[in-house]
Amino acid sequence: MNRFARLLDALAFTPSRNGKLRLLRDHFAELPDPERGWALAALTGGIDLPSAKPAMIRALVAERVDPVLFTWSYDFVGDLAETTALIWPAPDAVAERRNAPPPTLAEVVAELTAASRAEVPALVAGWLDQLDATGRWALLKLVTGGMRVGVSERIAKTAVAGLGEVPVEAVEEVWHGLRPPYEPLFAWVTGAGDRPDPEAAARFRPMMLSHPLEEGELDAMAPAEYAAEWKWDGIRVQVAATGAERRLFSRTGEDVGGAFPDLVATLDFRAVLDGELLVVRDGTVAPFSDLQQRLNRKTVGTKLLTSHPAWIRLYDILVDGEEDLRGLAFDARRERLETWFSDRRPARMDLSPLIGFTTWPELTELRAGARAAAIEGLMLKRRASPYLSGRPKGHWYKWKRDPLTVDCVLMYAQRGHGKRSSFYSDYTFGLWTEAGELVPVGKAYFGFTDDELQQLDRWVRNHTTNRFGPVREVEPGLVLEIAFDGVQRSTRHKSGLAMRFPRVARIRWDKPAGEADRLPVLEAML
Amino acid sequence: MTQSVPAGRVRPEDWLMVRPEGLYCAPADLHVDPTRPVARAVVTHGHADHARAGHGQVLATAETLAIMASRYGAGFAGRTQALALGETLSLGDVRLRLAPAGHILGSAQAVLEHGGSRVVVSGDYKRRRDPTCPAFEPVPCDVFVTEATFGLPVFRHPDDAHEVARLLEQHRRNPDRTIVVGVYALGKCQRLLRLLREAGYDRPVHLHGALEGLTRLYGELGVEVGPVEPATMAARERLAGAIVLAPPSAIADRWARRLADPIVAMASGWMGVRQRARQRGVELPLVISDHADWDELLATLRDVGAPRVWVTHGREEALVHAARGMGIDARALALVGFEEEGS
Ligand SMILES: [Zn+2]
Ligand SMILES: [Zn+2]
Repeated sequence: MNRFARLLDALAFTPSRNGKLRLLRDHFAELPDPERGWALAALTGGIDLPSAKPAMIRALVAERVDPVLFTWSYDFVGDLAETTALIWPAPDAVAERRNAPPPTLAEVVAELTAASRAEVPALVAGWLDQLDATGRWALLKLVTGGMRVGVSERIAKTAVAGLGEVPVEAVEEVWHGLRPPYEPLFAWVTGAGDRPDPEAAARFRPMMLSHPLEEGELDAMAPAEYAAEWKWDGIRVQVAATGAERRLFSRTGEDVGGAFPDLVATLDFRAVLDGELLVVRDGTVAPFSDLQQRLNRKTVGTKLLTSHPAWIRLYDILVDGEEDLRGLAFDARRERLETWFSDRRPARMDLSPLIGFTTWPELTELRAGARAAAIEGLMLKRRASPYLSGRPKGHWYKWKRDPLTVDCVLMYAQRGHGKRSSFYSDYTFGLWTEAGELVPVGKAYFGFTDDELQQLDRWVRNHTTNRFGPVREVEPGLVLEIAFDGVQRSTRHKSGLAMRFPRVARIRWDKPAGEADRLPVLEAML
Repeated sequence: MTQSVPAGRVRPEDWLMVRPEGLYCAPADLHVDPTRPVARAVVTHGHADHARAGHGQVLATAETLAIMASRYGAGFAGRTQALALGETLSLGDVRLRLAPAGHILGSAQAVLEHGGSRVVVSGDYKRRRDPTCPAFEPVPCDVFVTEATFGLPVFRHPDDAHEVARLLEQHRRNPDRTIVVGVYALGKCQRLLRLLREAGYDRPVHLHGALEGLTRLYGELGVEVGPVEPATMAARERLAGAIVLAPPSAIADRWARRLADPIVAMASGWMGVRQRARQRGVELPLVISDHADWDELLATLRDVGAPRVWVTHGREEALVHAARGMGIDARALALVGFEEEGS
């Protein structure tokens, strides 16, 4: 970091283009990987760090410096980062500083990338204690995103090109396929490696998605033509690694690798793979809620990395080295996947096993046992199907474990209690009999948001056909998807059935009431 | 805060006061570093904001008198009297002694005793080692009059050796270019020469004409600076790869631009603040100062242990604030004619 700081400092004071070029070239020539690559990234805007707000810097200083003196100093210097860098009191314990050498730029980037927002201030303060004034200034410029030292991306690339016999245009050509810290680029221009292939950029291949298995569809399907595997309860991801790049994409092609540095670090191969992202401890898949703690984070702390290790259970292989396998049939791809896996033994992956079966009833029985955590149900994949993008019909089916949901029709609504007393918030719903009559099967009063409650209340008021005290009867026009834990015979209901813990899973504003479920569907769940 | 005065003592402000021409000690009829001609002056050091020509009598170290004579001519004062460091002179019932200030060659603090109390007027000073002059001596006193040129906590000067190493690294990396360093003619120039020699640089250093006289005088006064040569434009080709020292006014001007692809450097405490350096068009700022930085100022207040401190010559308000935080009765001494010296 101190070397990088001296470079920044010198650049800031060097007006001429040639002078800047010379400084950059010397720096790139003298520093090892990945330090020089991170410097290049910092100067070309290629580092995306959680930015520290000026308020955070002020708060750190306020803990250490008289606020009056700070204000006067800031007035005099005119720049927050510079004032802070100059005024920061050196730690008293010289021994302590000796034990902790100043961080490298690579360390700063790695730790900041892995840190949560709450961890940033302590990290920055620790480094400020270890760096000299120029180092502190550069660090603060880096974390506040104010790296204005008059270096254009073009000058930086020209300096890299100047390390060897490579024209800057050639650097531009491969640039878009590269990522910090640019080891292959430096290797190439210094003659220590091949030209990076700009096509080697780890890009996303659109995923193949499945349809829910509709009732009765199995009857038309030949068991021998399908492979079955468990549908793991994680996040579907695509791994894309080219040697130069390692990416982890979500189903929609969003790069989610930043939240999973532990996994990304192990992608030391060249392949594109399809799998389920999970948290796995000692070979056991943790509940989805554990995975959720690692999601939607731009960065993740070391504690969480240890307590919630990320894992990928592989379903498919799309690209092996240079070879695009997507045109092959599922069976052929599976064979390639198994070969690839046994050759590579990737550190944080395993294979999603295929489930042996010969008849549908046999599989149905297996599926019934799939209530264990982390298994959502089954996937059926046609053995002859290539890997197709999107949601093509007739290839892949998801057969979720017992849904225990039925689509019911709203029949009556009743005012709630307490703060809900002005809303119609308790709903009685029914199913169609074979005779086309609607019979009540249960009552639900939760499972919807406050916004949805207001919409439901409005719908009830606008579609009332009858009033009985606090209860309104409504026309049969709104479908509610009801989830429940079980169903049993009951003499208290006209339908003869009673649900356990029914709740509104979804309001099907889109679904015509006539297409709601019939009573036999519920009877089948007895 | 008011200071109780023991019986028999005279309060320092009753015998030492601020006058338009400078700090005046009435019972000795003596001014300290007056900026206008007076009958009798003690001059702490040779810098122009402290040492003026035209006084009736000047008391100073022999080195300061020599420097004044070299700058203003032999007749710069009616009479002069050299005082050795540590030597005591009685002027009426005031005792005057000079103590080393560590600022430049010949620099001294004026130690004044009268009516049972002692006031030390530091002049300009620094606390770190300077190979051209003896180190500052902390003198315990009742009132300490301190400078505050770098009286903000953003001024924390690095080691001289570190800065000289940066200069020499630039020199090594740019063998075809001339490095021209802006230095004040008195003090900084000769100190930098000595620091370069201590860092092992033994090639001739080229001097702008304006620096030659005082550097020669330093040599006569016993401060050896190694081989120096005039930086004349006739020798322009030979100046590629050389280190040239020049007064600050010359480094940004046409004179410097005629050098071989010059790298403009400047050696000054102000160089610690980037904006200051950039305003002067400096490419290589070297933080080498002859004034105490913030930490040195605070350390000196602790070392002299004065219950009262008068602050002048710079950023009075911040140092007054910090001194009060240390339990010291501090206030700004409004001195006229003392401009920011810029060294
Ligand atoms: Zn001075
Ligand atoms: Zn001065």
